[in-house]
Amino acid sequence: MTAPRVSIRNEDFDLAAEVAALRAGDGGVGAVCAFVGTVRDRNDGAGVASLELEHYPGMTEQSIEAMIDEAMRRFEIRAVRVVHRVGVLAPTAQIVLVAVTSSHRHEAFQACEFLMDYLKTQAPFWKKEAGPAGVHWVDARVADDAALARWGIDAGNAAPSVVA
Amino acid sequence: MKVAVRYFASVREALGPGEEVGVDAGASIASLRDALAARGGRHAEALGRERVLRSARNRVLCAEQTRLEDGDEVGFFPPVTGG
Repeated sequence: MTAPRVSIRNEDFDLAAEVAALRAGDGGVGAVCAFVGTVRDRNDGAGVASLELEHYPGMTEQSIEAMIDEAMRRFEIRAVRVVHRVGVLAPTAQIVLVAVTSSHRHEAFQACEFLMDYLKTQAPFWKKEAGPAGVHWVDARVADDAALARWGIDAGNAAPSVVA
Repeated sequence: MKVAVRYFASVREALGPGEEVGVDAGASIASLRDALAARGGRHAEALGRERVLRSARNRVLCAEQTRLEDGDEVGFFPPVTGG
């Protein structure tokens, strides 16, 4: 049985084990690109003591599955694995893994970046930071919307919405 | 008709995890949001038009003009910040 493509959980992940499982038995794989996002100890100039991640159970998995389907349509890739942690995480902890296999490197690099750009603005996660100044919800960045726009997709996340 | 409303992040902190709400036939996400905000108090503060919010219908991100049907699940939340 193949492993599920998406895992949302509090537990950490092992990059080497995830990559090994993703390409196991597939002789057509010539490239693996894996991105790991981690918790910084500073954000916007302020210290970060911990980060708490909330998500919308059910919608999160469904939205990331849809993103992977879109990546499969756009790029010649073979397999994708996304792991995203939720709950309380300390600085230096791993938050997210996006791993992609393909026959050649270009498609793996592209699909990995596409998936991260998509995930940043379309998957229902919210970060809350705790630091010396107290606790606050992290603001969405317009730059993340711009990153997805490069792929021809209107993120509509950080910018104010237009109601007809 | 009835819809299940769910709140997340700062909206959840203000209003709780969610509630069942009666809406008129033909209601949209926007009209539901305005009706909830019109209750005043915490609802006005969390869902008012001065707040930038995203919404989902049946767990898919949706524009607010999206029409609702009986039994829908509607999520209201701030712009997402994962990854």
